[in-house]
Amino acid sequence: MQAILFYLTAVVAILSAFFVMKCRNPINSALNLVTTFLCLAVFYVMLESPFMAAVQIMVYAGAIMVLIIFVIMLLNLGLTVKTRYTHGLAAGGILSVMVLFVANYFTRAGEATGTGGSVTSELIASYGHTELIGRAMFVDFLLPFEIASILLLVAIVGAVVLSKRKV
Amino acid sequence: MTDPLLSLALILAKLIAVFGVILTLAAYLVLAERKLLARMQLRYGPNRVGPFGMMQPLADVIKLLTKEDFVPATADKWLFLIAPGLSAVTALLTFAVVPFGPPLEIFGKTLPLVVIDLNVGVLYFLGLSSLAVYGMALGGWASNSKYSLLGSIRGLSQLISYELSMGLAIVPVVMMARSFSLTEIVMAQEKIPYLLLNPLAFPIFLISVLAESKRIPFDLPEAENELVGGFHTEYSGMRFGLFFVGEYINLIILGSMVTVFFLGGWHGPWLPGVVWFALKVLAICAFFIWVRGSMPRLRYDQLMHFGWKVLLPLSLLNVLVTGAVLLGMS
Amino acid sequence: MENLVQEAIQNVNMQAIMPSLVLCVFGMVLLMVSVFSKRGNTTHVAWLSIAALVITGFVTLSGWNNPQGGFADSVLFDNFATFFSMICIIAAGLTILMSDDYLKREGSPVGEYYPLILFTTAGAMWMASGTDLMTIFLGLEVLSISLYVLAGFFRDQTRSNEAGLKYFFLGAFSTGFLLYGVALLYGVTGTTKIQGIAAYVQANPDSAMNTMFIAGGLLLLVGFLFKIAAAPFHMWTPDVYQGAPTPITAFMSAGPKAAAFAALMRVTIVGLDGLQSELTSLFWVLAVLTMTVGNFIALSQKDLKRMLAYSSISHAGYAMVGLVAWNAVGLSAILFYMLVYTFMNMGAFAVLVLIGKKGEDNLTLDGVAGLGYKKPILGIALTIFLFSLMGLPPTAGFTAKFYIFAGAIKAGYIWLAVLGVLNSAVSLYYYLRIMVQMYFKDPEEDFAWVKINVPTAISIAISVVGVLYLGIVPGAVMNLAKLAGF
Repeated sequence: MQAILFYLTAVVAILSAFFVMKCRNPINSALNLVTTFLCLAVFYVMLESPFMAAVQIMVYAGAIMVLIIFVIMLLNLGLTVKTRYTHGLAAGGILSVMVLFVANYFTRAGEATGTGGSVTSELIASYGHTELIGRAMFVDFLLPFEIASILLLVAIVGAVVLSKRKV
Repeated sequence: MTDPLLSLALILAKLIAVFGVILTLAAYLVLAERKLLARMQLRYGPNRVGPFGMMQPLADVIKLLTKEDFVPATADKWLFLIAPGLSAVTALLTFAVVPFGPPLEIFGKTLPLVVIDLNVGVLYFLGLSSLAVYGMALGGWASNSKYSLLGSIRGLSQLISYELSMGLAIVPVVMMARSFSLTEIVMAQEKIPYLLLNPLAFPIFLISVLAESKRIPFDLPEAENELVGGFHTEYSGMRFGLFFVGEYINLIILGSMVTVFFLGGWHGPWLPGVVWFALKVLAICAFFIWVRGSMPRLRYDQLMHFGWKVLLPLSLLNVLVTGAVLLGMS
Repeated sequence: MENLVQEAIQNVNMQAIMPSLVLCVFGMVLLMVSVFSKRGNTTHVAWLSIAALVITGFVTLSGWNNPQGGFADSVLFDNFATFFSMICIIAAGLTILMSDDYLKREGSPVGEYYPLILFTTAGAMWMASGTDLMTIFLGLEVLSISLYVLAGFFRDQTRSNEAGLKYFFLGAFSTGFLLYGVALLYGVTGTTKIQGIAAYVQANPDSAMNTMFIAGGLLLLVGFLFKIAAAPFHMWTPDVYQGAPTPITAFMSAGPKAAAFAALMRVTIVGLDGLQSELTSLFWVLAVLTMTVGNFIALSQKDLKRMLAYSSISHAGYAMVGLVAWNAVGLSAILFYMLVYTFMNMGAFAVLVLIGKKGEDNLTLDGVAGLGYKKPILGIALTIFLFSLMGLPPTAGFTAKFYIFAGAIKAGYIWLAVLGVLNSAVSLYYYLRIMVQMYFKDPEEDFAWVKINVPTAISIAISVVGVLYLGIVPGAVMNLAKLAGF
């Protein structure tokens, strides 16, 4: 049951990822990207991470992609001209297939800790998934979490400085 | 073997019940709105079909279904066809996590009156409400008409702006209830509803919800007198109907969210929980209709200023103060 | 819940982040100050940020010999971090000193410029003091994003736009590599703490054969090597250095480079100590490649900023020699080298800031013809900096290179030292070309537009004093650098 669901979602994810590149209409590309993100959210649910799934939908599908679509609409982009860089595409394709094989090799060879990590299903069941994430954020990675706020501030200031006509 | 089957059947039963209730309610909400507005404007409202016009929704549905489903020549056909469905489905899906009554005791088993009690229900609601943007945005874009495009661009920026303060207004509630589960949030309000405990979050949430529902005074995406009909200008027949029903389902959802987060959900004296819940939701809906009957539409820049410069700082401040108070109390 | 709050509070050690905290608070205050100041008037913001840097400098120095760790081992402000933080503070201070008049000349005095430099410095501190790959990564991002903005700060100048965009795209790629490396390392070791990775390497001596570990480590190195502009990841340097505002170019070549070196050293020497033999042979190749590429391409450059960009690549190569040595002498020599490089390179750029016209089209070899006669003081200062960049006594460049190569020889890398010295000989050619132009060519211009202003003069003076002091009596600072090693 889980396996069937996984493969179904994976097929949808890969197909829509493919159409992100293939579509000539930017809106369609963006929508396919949304589908990919939704599939990722399904994967998170299957990995017993409902919090991540919800955040994935909220942040990526609900906020970032909406902004991208907003920009596409504002610019009213038409169909993109077919590019001539076909060999670039081919190279990218070959590269990603190679990465796929390498990733496959890593997982088969058992070099990744994978399910042997410290966060197990039992821990999630007893402690709660959201609580674990909260713990990681506010105990183990408190400083990086706070640095991220400075990072966002810098990014906002930078965007304003670079784009606003009259500062 | 029977246990999972039984629970599956229960979930299906609840699903169908909720579905039926919501759709009927949405239909009659339309009627209620028309009647209430008419009364406010010293008119009668629809009163020809059935006693007191009670059959009006049925007549409307028949009308919408039998109308021609027209697709403009320059429209992006697939997106044009999908968009109304998206807007109705995202609205309907949200109701899965809304607890509409206290757990029932049947045959020695407890039956929670919620379709699924997700432990990240709040995030589920926020996620779906942010996805709800797509129906409107794509509908307007796919129509390939300038009024529709303008409508959906306005709608996009409005929803993005107010979603922030809506989400931030719930944060204090989550902090006080210490849970993302809607059922537990309601349970935590057994004695005092959060309306009284956190009087600032409630108006922020209510206003943001009003903006999310795209109704007067925040109905810029539709704005009949400037944009004809905004994002649904080009729609006709049942596809328009889907947008329309989606809007009213959304109204019920948002009403029940206000109830869950601030009005104590099903809690209340004397009457059974489900009744209390329905009363509260209907009261909020009536309030929305009242607002529509008495408020003018905001200008676009006023809308943005209000969202970003008033609501957002206030809700951030509220998060801060609530956190400090909770930390001080513990 | 309560015990989680307590646990979180127990982990907090404000001492360990105090310097960066002070900088961030000042940065935010200055952002507000510049919002409420009159447009076009940023002098007070500049002086306030100098004050901020001085205060931060004292706070940083007060932590000397008093290592403070905390936040669940994600930060450790030890002598090493203090030393590198001081380098970045000095670099930022010199940058701000030479910026105010420069911004007015180029016509875009915007107050946000200075807070961004402060945030960059804070990011550099997190990179230098981070003992968790996440801290280092986020520090790197804070630093990079501020620098992208600063590089493209003159949005009306095509060159500045080009610099900002190129830096942004390539930088985003490189941090992507870095993050992927962190992810792979986490996949293998189950931790992002540098100590944890070191423990994993200790426990698994065959981790050099583990492909995923190697892939992760290499991707991580790529991210750092990009920031220090080591070949073959140096391609962005000339375009970005040429197009960015000159003070920012000076800053980029000193502060962020030092910070990236700090992170690279901590990750390799503490985290990957078990892989010393593999890493040193890798760094051997990279060091030789970097200095050779930098020096040989610099030979043919006409634009001064571009030439200094290639020279900055080659200096990264010299500094990497210390990493090859992997011994106490080599490592403290890197610290010393970075400090010296900050003074000499920023001094040279400060002179360029002064002699540039609006738009800076005259910063070419021909543009400085006769500078030595028309503006003798600037000429002498530039000469001192160039001598130091060449590595000639009695300047600091000589002592710095001496320590670096001494470390290499002590570790038995005679050939590497020989190659380094040969490279320095090559570099004489292009540095001397500038001096030939300055002193042996008839002046074509009268350099009447050069107005020596006080802040820039101060920064040049500080640099001259630094270069000469570290060149003549290097002992005291070198001792500090030795104390700052691991």
